[in-house]
Amino acid sequence: MTEIITPPIKSSIGRTVRTEEMLLNMGPQHPSMHGVLRLELVIDGEIVVDVVPQIGYLHRCFEKHAESMTNYQQVVPYVDRMDYCAAMNMDFGYVIAVEKLLGIKVPERVEYIRVIMAELQRIASHLIAAGTYGLDIGAWTPFLYMFRDRERILDLYEMTCGARLLYNYMWVGGVSHDLPPGFIDKAKDFCKYFRPKIEEYNNLLSFNEIFIKRTANVGVLPADVAIAYGVSGPVLRGSGVNFDLRRDDLYSIYNRFEWEPQIGKGEMGTVGDCWDRYIVRIREMEQSINIVEQALNQIPDGDVASAIPKRIRPNPGDVYARTESARGELGFYVVSDGSGKPFRVKGRSPCFVHLSVLPEISRGSMIADMIAIAGSLDIVLGEVDR
Amino acid sequence: MTPQEISDKLKQKFPDAILEIKIEGVVDPYIKISPSNLKDIALYLRDDPDFQFDFLMCLSGMDYTKGTLGVVYNIFSMKKKHKVNLKVDVPKDKAEVPSIASVWPAANWHEREAYDLIGVKFLDHPDMRRILMPDDWDGHPLQKDYKVPEYYQGMKVPY
Amino acid sequence: MEQLLRNILDNDFFVYTAMAIVPLLWILPYALGVIWLERKVSAHMQDRLGPMRTGGWHGWAQTIADMMKLLQKEDIVPAAADKKLHTLAPYLMFIGAYAVYATIPFSSDYIGSDLNIGLFYIVAVSSITAVAILMSGWSSNNKWSLLGAMRSVAQIVSYEIPTILALLAVVMIAGTLNLQEINKMQTGWFWNWFVFQKFPFIFIAFIIYFVASLAETNRTPFDIPEAESEIVAGYITEYSGMKFAMFMLSEFVNMFAVSAIAATVFLGGWNSPFGEFMSGPVWGVFWFLSKGMFFVFIQMWLRWTLPRLRVDQLMYVSWKVLTPWAFACIVCVGLWMML
Repeated sequence: MTEIITPPIKSSIGRTVRTEEMLLNMGPQHPSMHGVLRLELVIDGEIVVDVVPQIGYLHRCFEKHAESMTNYQQVVPYVDRMDYCAAMNMDFGYVIAVEKLLGIKVPERVEYIRVIMAELQRIASHLIAAGTYGLDIGAWTPFLYMFRDRERILDLYEMTCGARLLYNYMWVGGVSHDLPPGFIDKAKDFCKYFRPKIEEYNNLLSFNEIFIKRTANVGVLPADVAIAYGVSGPVLRGSGVNFDLRRDDLYSIYNRFEWEPQIGKGEMGTVGDCWDRYIVRIREMEQSINIVEQALNQIPDGDVASAIPKRIRPNPGDVYARTESARGELGFYVVSDGSGKPFRVKGRSPCFVHLSVLPEISRGSMIADMIAIAGSLDIVLGEVDR
Repeated sequence: MTPQEISDKLKQKFPDAILEIKIEGVVDPYIKISPSNLKDIALYLRDDPDFQFDFLMCLSGMDYTKGTLGVVYNIFSMKKKHKVNLKVDVPKDKAEVPSIASVWPAANWHEREAYDLIGVKFLDHPDMRRILMPDDWDGHPLQKDYKVPEYYQGMKVPY
Repeated sequence: MEQLLRNILDNDFFVYTAMAIVPLLWILPYALGVIWLERKVSAHMQDRLGPMRTGGWHGWAQTIADMMKLLQKEDIVPAAADKKLHTLAPYLMFIGAYAVYATIPFSSDYIGSDLNIGLFYIVAVSSITAVAILMSGWSSNNKWSLLGAMRSVAQIVSYEIPTILALLAVVMIAGTLNLQEINKMQTGWFWNWFVFQKFPFIFIAFIIYFVASLAETNRTPFDIPEAESEIVAGYITEYSGMKFAMFMLSEFVNMFAVSAIAATVFLGGWNSPFGEFMSGPVWGVFWFLSKGMFFVFIQMWLRWTLPRLRVDQLMYVSWKVLTPWAFACIVCVGLWMML
């Protein structure tokens, strides 16, 4: 921990004025705490001396619930609610874990549908991340532009499974509904519509001089610290580590598409600063659109429910399966004791890990920087607290 | 390295600490080790040039019932792209495991969570407090024989 | 106009009261209108509609409805607050904002008080808002309020310097501090306006003034005293109901005040841009208000486009960019006048 020592201030009559640090409770109800995070700040004027994140305000006992269900399928709606901004990615992670435990191979069409859904969800989630990041920095307008476009993705989801936020769409061995007629055309329209919008965000926010001044060289997270803290996803790639689970720990069918993981290069400042983390998300949206377009062109016909097991009763054993959710490495450690309900489900959520690195990189910064750093980690409290 | 090579090399270095190696017949191979050597093994795994396990993916507390608690470590190497899963079992009445937060800082919060929900104490942990539950909560909710208290601070808990 | 009132009323007290109330006739409808306008402007910039229902046509009555709501709200004073100061602060804020209007000429025939040191008076009186803000921040007994108030005062004090220096450049060529006189000097076509005199030095001074005035009114990109993503609502965190409304009112009144000064000093105030065309006391009001509203609109435009600066960057802009440039302007204008 870096100590900040302020020299004692001499008043005009020669006496030393006593100064002291102030304890400031940021949250749980604070406009930029992305939910109900509480940060205990020790501040010296505007400078943050120490940060202690206090979590648990949104703890909904996900793991206890998972153990209390009567079967594995019933956990999926709870998984949805972990990261409510990227529920499809959450479903994806959980069903992959259970399928790995069962040793099921899902039909081709299901794989494609899942990839399309997960990548659309990644775009939607990054739109929230980038939009609210703009809000944190004080720019209102990009937020609403991004929500306007996110709406279109939610419309696609609504068309598919009726839900807009929490889908319960991916089931163990399949998906709940096949793609509705006209979905593929609409999704292709969306891709065509969305590509130029990324340029619009860049003009409005990413390359805005004030935005760069606020985020470049702020909250630098070096690659070795990032790895030691178990940071993953866009935050890790923002630190310049070229690592993406979709490529480096292959799951589903991501090897069939052409795309590039995006990494931070320190274009505006240092590698691993807030701007890098932000721009990685913006550029990832473009890559996700590439994947979605290719998947839409290649998707085969088939039955989406053929592999859904009637009874899920895995052999005793455990599995740790990880997927690349919108925020990073989403792992599920699922243990089966041979009965019909999970013995233990542990969700390893990326935000939980990212939040633990926040004190490390925000000591010694200003309050406004702290907000910028917390925002650039893109924390969803539903996932931190589970 | 394959799981077989990893476990062989570990077995050579720590012949006494390795309690069980399971590679065949399970989805994820794992190595069961004794808690007293945990920190040495962790350091070895991290620093040995053949292993270079620098990334702690996940740390889960477990309640195996019958008076046994456990901790499961899923470790990955960013450079070598191989994985290893370690398991540690401890008796419930003396559930103490050395902390590896100094080896992988990622373990810090995971260990706090395992302590909070399962009740495994981590020795030499820099900040062994509850993380998700309130600080004055009684018991560890993910233990299989956990009973929900009637009242918390005068508020009725089961609703 | 003063003469007219004297003829009717024949009593100094009533005359002065009437003169003082005139700007209020503009400010109150303006505040209602401009809050609605800000919502609509922001909404259309953000690809949405804004209020559409209340009152029928494009939600014109939304602000009135909000006003009614704020009036009915309970007046909450935190238990640990300094009650007297807490209550006084919003009104002092409004006084500071409103007092500025005393020497702003609305038309060739109306100026609240034709002081020969009008500009000086404005600069002096507008600083009262800093006191009010500090008062509200301190008395609320809330850390966010205090942080906001400290930021705000630091900001207002720093940005007053480039503001004054920029205005001083004009004062040098005008040779007077009386705003009515300054206006009269700009009569004629728009190239007579001071902003186009001694080109480009006064123009630069104008830009400096405008940027600094954004900071003085706490507008984006300088809205750090009430940066809600950082310090909740800054010094108004603990205010509710009518007191909160007073702060909002003062903010919008201030917005128009700085715009009006920009219009008066740099853009000819009530003068028509086209010489004799559409000029006269009544048209003067029209020109003055439209110039003022134009700047108000620009302030909104910036607010809904730009992110916010950080505290140290804000100070940097003031002390290391605006102030030196303002000095340079003064020196250049002075040299130009000597040669």
